[in-house]
Amino acid sequence: MDAIVKSRADDSLIGKRIPKMDAPEKASGKTRYIQDINIPGQLYAKILRSTEAHAKILSIDTSAAKALRGVHAVITAADVPWQRPIGVAKDHLPLKRDRVRSPRDEIAAVAADSEDIAEAALKLIKVKYERLPTVKNVEDALKAGAPILHDEDLAWTRPDGKTEVLHKRSGDNVAMTFDYAQGDVAQGEADSDVVIEDVFWLHYVTHCCLGVSGVIAEFDAGDNLLLYSNTQVPFLHKREFAEQLGIDPGRIRIIQPPIGGGFGSKLDIYPFEPIAIFLAKATKRPVKLIFTREEEFVASPTRQPVLLKLKSGCRKDGTLTFRTVETLHDNGAYTSWGATTPFVMMQTFSSLYRVANCDYRTRAIYTNNPYAGSFRGYGNLQATFAVEAHMDKLAEAIGMDSLEFRLKNAQHQGETTPQGMQFKSCGFQECLRTAAARSDYQAKQRSNREKWHDKNPIKRGAGIASMLHVGGGAKIYPSDGCGTILKIDDFAHVTLITGASEIGQGSETVLSQLVCEELGLPLSVVTVVNNDTDITPWDVGVHASRTTFIAGNSAIGAARKAKTKIFAAAAEKFERAADSLDLHGGFVIDKNTGDKIIELGKLIRSLHFSDKADLVMTSFYYEPPSAHQDRNFKGDVSAAYAWATQVAEIEIDTQTGIVRLLKVTGAHDVGRVLNRLGIEGQIEGGIVMGQGYALTENLIVEDNVVRNPNFRDYKLVTAPEIPDMDISFIETMDGEGPQGAKGVGEAPAICVAAAVANAIYNATGVRIYALPFTPENVYRALHGQSKAPIWKPLT
Amino acid sequence: MSATVDITFKLNGVERRVAVAAQMSALDMLRDQIGLTGTKYACGEGECGACTIRVDGLTVNSCLMFAVDCDGRDVVTIEGLVTSPIGEALRKSFTKNGAVQCGFCTPGLMVQASHLLEQHPHADRSEIQRGIEGNLCRCTGYKKIVDAIVDAEINAA
Repeated sequence: MDAIVKSRADDSLIGKRIPKMDAPEKASGKTRYIQDINIPGQLYAKILRSTEAHAKILSIDTSAAKALRGVHAVITAADVPWQRPIGVAKDHLPLKRDRVRSPRDEIAAVAADSEDIAEAALKLIKVKYERLPTVKNVEDALKAGAPILHDEDLAWTRPDGKTEVLHKRSGDNVAMTFDYAQGDVAQGEADSDVVIEDVFWLHYVTHCCLGVSGVIAEFDAGDNLLLYSNTQVPFLHKREFAEQLGIDPGRIRIIQPPIGGGFGSKLDIYPFEPIAIFLAKATKRPVKLIFTREEEFVASPTRQPVLLKLKSGCRKDGTLTFRTVETLHDNGAYTSWGATTPFVMMQTFSSLYRVANCDYRTRAIYTNNPYAGSFRGYGNLQATFAVEAHMDKLAEAIGMDSLEFRLKNAQHQGETTPQGMQFKSCGFQECLRTAAARSDYQAKQRSNREKWHDKNPIKRGAGIASMLHVGGGAKIYPSDGCGTILKIDDFAHVTLITGASEIGQGSETVLSQLVCEELGLPLSVVTVVNNDTDITPWDVGVHASRTTFIAGNSAIGAARKAKTKIFAAAAEKFERAADSLDLHGGFVIDKNTGDKIIELGKLIRSLHFSDKADLVMTSFYYEPPSAHQDRNFKGDVSAAYAWATQVAEIEIDTQTGIVRLLKVTGAHDVGRVLNRLGIEGQIEGGIVMGQGYALTENLIVEDNVVRNPNFRDYKLVTAPEIPDMDISFIETMDGEGPQGAKGVGEAPAICVAAAVANAIYNATGVRIYALPFTPENVYRALHGQSKAPIWKPLT
Repeated sequence: MSATVDITFKLNGVERRVAVAAQMSALDMLRDQIGLTGTKYACGEGECGACTIRVDGLTVNSCLMFAVDCDGRDVVTIEGLVTSPIGEALRKSFTKNGAVQCGFCTPGLMVQASHLLEQHPHADRSEIQRGIEGNLCRCTGYKKIVDAIVDAEINAA
């Protein structure tokens, strides 16, 4: 009997290296992304964007464009008087009415027989502007007398003809404010032996999904909308588009073709989507709109640039006493998710390390710059950069080893933080110890420091940083749940219908593993349906590293219900107790002996083709046991939290400022490894994305204009530059996680820049407070030619 | 509309005759005119490698090549590559080694890798890294792509 039990465990799919189910198709060039889909009769759309950063639109003359052969529609705001403001704050019209606030702003759009004709038509549209003074950065935005970007109410005309103001005018440029407090920072400061204060500048970067943005919109004869979309939040989008069109959301179907990269860029509704819908409505034809790469750089969202002031203190024994944080987020001209990243940032300040007293304040500020969206890590790269710089500086100030200082303050399992987060599983201490031991961090730190004043201009550094991030969903929306429908057909083939979206991260494979693990079936019998809102049950979307945890628990729930049904049928048929049965290798078996009782397909057929016919179809909806934050931003927003420590080792040429990332040693508390191949891929990809943020990527915005909207001047990391990566998984077996797993998608990108900054200090004795660490910036810092970021807002 | 030019070339082993616009890129011809969508547009200026094809054995960014310049040449795209032994080996090794996430860069990388393996059948990891430096990937961090090419190299040997 032992042998049988053992062989069943050996068949487990959990923790194995499982290739992605969609990989063979993708590696044959057969996968059809939105760019590859063409609908018979479709028209091609292009958008005319503003040439001004801030201006009144005096007139738009589309007559010549309309007259061009092959043009089917040219629309401006005047053609869609019913258009509704979009976005997080509803401060943004898809087609701008009488004012532009950013050089990306949409003024007109064309649908034509070809992209070339649409492009030619754009050139024939004449726009007259009256320039307005611009706001170039957050400091300018807060000065007395600064131009106010949203000084007019933004209203729309509802389907019932009434006018409704969705965004109220403001007397200043503050788009959103977040204030959070725990304890008493004044007392904390008074209790401190050491207090430090610094200002940090975190720069613009953008997602650079290889697949550019795109959408295809089509109305059927009954005016129902079919949208082919790359969105990460199809069910939220249905509602938004329904509001936009004044129709019942049930009349909108969204199909998500395989997505060429997401990383958070597809979490909001963007103007190009309603614009394609307007054109489809105007022409009664399918309309396809695909960005160019330049457009992707200019008009897709950015990571939010942040000016951050941090004051921290500790006692001589290494106890953290307080933190005071103030940030200014450059929101750009309109409010998207970038403004709400403080939800995540304040958690890092309040709860990554134990600190009794913490004040946090963010103001997201309107400027005429590109607007900031959500991007893998969601503010946590910026917050961690500042926190971990101060962990190093405080340790040094009290003469304590930087690892010991962190271990003293790092969270343990079972703690509830002042912000209300409950760490039911927490491998943070082990992450710290593992990453430090495997990289020989402490010895390298000591020996690198001894070489600060050596003559050799090439120096080495080791730096450490850690992170805390949601790992069990994030209760931001009314529900954080996901539904699953499971169908087991009469050949014991499983169709897994899930609300969860696949954006390359491998969710379809992990969800199939979890279902097969419950049902004792091989992966080869599963088909996943995950891309059609008319079929799939509701899900809030792919964000917040939530899919494995939330959709995984949902899939397991549906599989368990199917199992119960199968056991009940087998128990009745074979006169056995249902709890004596198990499923293995496609058979119903005796749980104790392992003996086969009946082939699963045969049992299901006997249910299906009988006088009391029954199908094995089940559904399950999983809502995680987490809570919304209260008005003071306190609450246990995630059912589990993920932890990680990374040690970065660098080589720096002090004569050129070139920093090479040699090695990243990561220890990640992932709860449990479900698919080893997939999770390694997530972590490696995240580390290299973090490397780009630290060293190479920089979206240059000057005078409100993106100056480097291409891959030549916006430098992504390439294959020869990647570091060695040594990844350890800390398996804390989270009690609520699917098979013990927690979310991991965002975690690996979060620590890299912070660890590299600490490594540069360890190599040179120079601390740099502004990203990115490009050769020029580093050279200037090393040679005393750069200014530290300054906090000079006037209000 | 602009003038078209008749060209004849070998595409994935089959002789093709196509009338193409004079200013059309090889990428647009393949995707829009012939309907082979495995070759991807991701930048349009030769910086990302997603549109890599083989032309007379060499690898070319098809977004930078005029369609008319395909005249008389031997062109292989991802669709043709995967029917060859080396393409089959790459498809399997990319799958097995987790080299595919969103997959948008994958066809271009496989075409580039096929050339690399032919030219340098014993390339080491750092040579492979340099050999694919013209191909951008935003998901994987490249390590598993290098693993896959090493694996295909062993299997092809």
